[in-house]
Amino acid sequence: MKALSQKRRHPLAAIALLLMGLLVTGGLYAVATTVNQAKATTSFSANDAEEGGKLFAANCATCHGMGASGSQDGPSLVGVGAAAVDFQVGTGRMPMQMNGPQAYKKPAQFNEEQTHQLSAYVASLGPGPSIPEAHVLDGQGDAANGGELFRVNCAMCHNAAAAGGALTRGKFAPALSGVSEKHIYEAMVTGPQNMPVFSDSNVGPEGKRDIITFLKQIEANGSPGGADLGALGPVSEGLFVWIAGLGVIIAFTIWLTSRTS
Amino acid sequence: MSATSTPSAPAFVAKTKGGRITNFVDERVGGSGMLREFGRKVFPDHWSFMFGEVALYSFVILLLSGTFLTFFFDPSMAETHYQGSYTPLKNVEMSVAYSSSLDISFDVRGGLFMRQVHHWSALLFVASVSVHMLRVFFTGAFRKPREMNWVVGSVLLILSMAAGFTGYSLPDDLLSGNGLRIIDGVIKSIPVIGTYISFFLFGGEFPGTMVIGRLYMLHILLVPALILLMIVMHLFMVVVHKHTQYPGPGRNDGNVVGYPLGPVYAAKAGGFFFIVFGVVALMAGFFTINPIWNYGPYDPSPVSAGTQPDWYIGFVDGALRLMPGTIGNWSVEQVWFGQVFSFNVLLPALVPAGILFTVMFMYPWIERWITKDGREHHVLDRPRNAPTRTAIGMAGFVWYCVMWAAAGSDLIATHFHVSLNDVTYWLRALFFIGPVIAFIVTKRVALALQRKDREIALHGRETGRIVRLPHGEFIEVHAPLDEYKRYKLVGFESPSPLPAEPNANGVVDKKEKRRAKLSQWFFEDRVAPATPAELEAAHGHHGAHEAIESGDTQKTLSR
Amino acid sequence: MGNHSDGSPNHSGTVARAGQNEVEKFQDPGLPPHRLRLADTDPKAAKRAERQVALLFGTSVVGTLIFLVAYFAIDLGDDTGIATIRLQNMLLGLGTAFAMLGIGTGIVHWAKALMPDHEVSEERHAIRTEEDRQAAVRIVDDIAEETGIKRRPLIRNTLLGAVALAPLPALAIFGDLGPRPDNTLAHTMWAPQDGKLKRLTRDPDGTPIKAADVTIGSAFHVIPDGLNELHEGKLNEKAKSVVLLMRLNPEELHPSPGREDWAYNGIVAYSKICTHVGCPVALYEQQTHHLLCPCHQSTFDLTQQCKVIFGPASRPLPQLPIAVDSEGYLVATSDFHEPVGPSYWEREQHVRNINA
Repeated sequence: MKALSQKRRHPLAAIALLLMGLLVTGGLYAVATTVNQAKATTSFSANDAEEGGKLFAANCATCHGMGASGSQDGPSLVGVGAAAVDFQVGTGRMPMQMNGPQAYKKPAQFNEEQTHQLSAYVASLGPGPSIPEAHVLDGQGDAANGGELFRVNCAMCHNAAAAGGALTRGKFAPALSGVSEKHIYEAMVTGPQNMPVFSDSNVGPEGKRDIITFLKQIEANGSPGGADLGALGPVSEGLFVWIAGLGVIIAFTIWLTSRTS
Repeated sequence: MSATSTPSAPAFVAKTKGGRITNFVDERVGGSGMLREFGRKVFPDHWSFMFGEVALYSFVILLLSGTFLTFFFDPSMAETHYQGSYTPLKNVEMSVAYSSSLDISFDVRGGLFMRQVHHWSALLFVASVSVHMLRVFFTGAFRKPREMNWVVGSVLLILSMAAGFTGYSLPDDLLSGNGLRIIDGVIKSIPVIGTYISFFLFGGEFPGTMVIGRLYMLHILLVPALILLMIVMHLFMVVVHKHTQYPGPGRNDGNVVGYPLGPVYAAKAGGFFFIVFGVVALMAGFFTINPIWNYGPYDPSPVSAGTQPDWYIGFVDGALRLMPGTIGNWSVEQVWFGQVFSFNVLLPALVPAGILFTVMFMYPWIERWITKDGREHHVLDRPRNAPTRTAIGMAGFVWYCVMWAAAGSDLIATHFHVSLNDVTYWLRALFFIGPVIAFIVTKRVALALQRKDREIALHGRETGRIVRLPHGEFIEVHAPLDEYKRYKLVGFESPSPLPAEPNANGVVDKKEKRRAKLSQWFFEDRVAPATPAELEAAHGHHGAHEAIESGDTQKTLSR
Repeated sequence: MGNHSDGSPNHSGTVARAGQNEVEKFQDPGLPPHRLRLADTDPKAAKRAERQVALLFGTSVVGTLIFLVAYFAIDLGDDTGIATIRLQNMLLGLGTAFAMLGIGTGIVHWAKALMPDHEVSEERHAIRTEEDRQAAVRIVDDIAEETGIKRRPLIRNTLLGAVALAPLPALAIFGDLGPRPDNTLAHTMWAPQDGKLKRLTRDPDGTPIKAADVTIGSAFHVIPDGLNELHEGKLNEKAKSVVLLMRLNPEELHPSPGREDWAYNGIVAYSKICTHVGCPVALYEQQTHHLLCPCHQSTFDLTQQCKVIFGPASRPLPQLPIAVDSEGYLVATSDFHEPVGPSYWEREQHVRNINA
């Protein structure tokens, strides 16, 4: 009996350990990604493109094909522009770890210089959105207008507080806290994966600047009411009141009705 | 004492000032009599009896904090431009209702705190009502004479949900606005009168300019008044019935064992109000609830990912999510005789909630009919000692929880990295098989616990001490129970199925046959409590295991 | 029948059979002996408990002070940051929590440790005695007799009729809660006004959109031209007329007969209002061409004219026929050909009227 019950504890312990491990790695990811601060550099030399071409052949051509013309495992990159490469490689989404519904954000596999060279190479293949200028990333726009644009164009996928949300069949829109201004801008102009493209004719550069201002402002502000419980809305609030709220109250009721020794 | 019985006795004169005031009031309202009646009324003590109090106290907190909020809230849907201090919304076009909610949050000192107190205690209110009802159900406290109080409690549950929902919509933010729009869609699906109800509620087309003011009136006047009325009825009946008590030595259907109201119970119950308030204050101080500034003003175009109702409406929203709208190429919505029947909305919105509430209201009478038990019950059942009832309750609870979980299907998908569609497919399956599994598992667990009780009653507790007997056998020493502890394990009723009985005309009718079948189903699997004779036998064998085994097989009429 | 062990005061109706007879049952041993607490025997322990209670009440005083200081010392001016509000909220919460928990736990500790903890037993009494019942029946009979209601059926029947009808005005008076539903649900702002086709404009600023602006993979949230200038019923109109505009490769669209000219070079416009219960279906996946409703996960396939491929919606999203005007801006060539949004009872008639 005793031995059996001890054995039964083992799988649980393993799961707990696994969860702890996941939490730790998740935390590390979060730290690693916030360190990645963006510096807008838009000029490419011929040498950059050449070096980038070598890196591309060695790391990307398996899926995207030689000359980035695409294969059945990956799309053609001709004309996607430097911004797309800078976003995908800079946020660690590319190279992908494995094929799946969606590429996950992870620590960047290439350093800043290599990312720059790769961008230069892909930009040389055909015209596309370039890496944004610094002044649209300064966070000095109109936050209220940005908020309005964000709610109309972005909140349905990314959640009104930019906490992320679900898409179909395992895909999802990620949370936007901790994402650099440059990467937010690049995502809007290039429409990575299933995100629609928000070209300048849809939301102009000033509008994008406002959106970034809004996002950075609510991120810096935090919630005036205390811990935000993930900003996930009524589900996390309900979960909290049932587990923490009622839990604490039940603890009090047990104390209240117990006999004092 | 004698003053009242003999008219010639001199009138009582109080010595102190306080005494004179008390006497003045007493002579006019008869407080002494009431105090005599209730001052030492006995209340049993158990932690699970406190949930009703939690509900009552959170309602008091709701009244207090809600009154404060009404002083600042303006339920107008007129358009305005926000001029308050929250910069990310500066100059944004919005309704006055939303703007005044923002002012409460950012420009009224303590306003945000009161808003959070109000909303947290609202969630806690409905949660504690629910847990209280679960406790009442699983312990059989709804049996005679408390059936009507169970009904009043069920009405209170519905009213508390209504209070919550009308309040949820008031700030006129994007989240609640989309919630209202869903309600509008559900109302429109009602055959014949749906469109009329929708136009009457919103004063025309959705969203109109009326609905917030109307909900406000319902929220601060009608619904709370009804809740108060129901609470008064509920408590009045508690006084009439006196409280139930758990089984145990010295407790039976003819008495009530516990602490007197004054001082111990009054102190505990009164102190508990402050404790509940304190816990709510802690939540309100440290945890954001309903961050309306995130959602923005209501506008029919945007929507936020994770648009959900508050938890108590969640099960209806989940049911809406689970229902497929098309099966293959067949559309669930049908046009018959030129009219639209939106079964894809009507069925999930009305049927599960309808079944849950109907069964909930009727259950005391259902069980009464099956068991033909017309006696009063003041001693509760431990859930394990009523395995079929406990299993029915768990089946309903699991069914509710499946729908509840479905309301968070998108968050389950993102947080566990699974496909949103798969979550829905699984929950659709669980919607049907979940309650069945819950019923079987719960019943088996309850019977197993009963067997464990029997074994402990007959052979005492396992001490964990292994002793080697002279002839080499190893046994674990069992410590015998004292008679009080044993009575707790054996002092329950274990009814056997009640076969069909002829009615007054000497005929066993069809209904009676059905009842007998249900009775069979209700009571056939049972573990009878240990008897003194069995204890005698067990002691005779002294530590041998055969006694338990044989006792079990005799007493359990398993299928 | 049970007399003591099940002790029910009121043996009315049938008694469920107990599984065994009374002799086989254990006898109730009665209340267990009372066990004294430390504070009952040791004056030191009692004194300690007393000090603890006083300390808890003292904490409550501290909590009240925290609240007052936080309320008056932190001022919410025009330029207060979110951090200040958060700090104040936290301190108000902390103060209230201390104030309340101090009193609450203090009283409870007092009751538990120092007040007598003897459990007492109280007899239950019958909720209704037979004597009361008979007295009540007599009273009711007397009342009925004195009113003569049984002897005078005319009075009784007219009274019943009057009482049954009297609530009708109370219902009728709510008749003006809203207008009767008419065909407003079937029409939106997209209908051409004075022969002029409505332009598609950006939500929220209302600037018109050129076909060339809509690149492949992009999604525009669209409102009709002139919506922002409306003064009354703006939200009502917006609630029906919001549209999602997307561009696909023209060969990926598979228009059904009659709808070939509803798209322009692969640009299509669909109502954003879900046909399920009316949430905005705004989630566009540009690679799969699926539209997802965030409220109940109805999924629509853009390449199959927004047919429902998953979730609780039953009907495809209504399509808005579009073209380009002389200046290159996108316009709606007509209103929707069916009512937008969730279904309602009269919807089918409205569809027929529109297409008649």
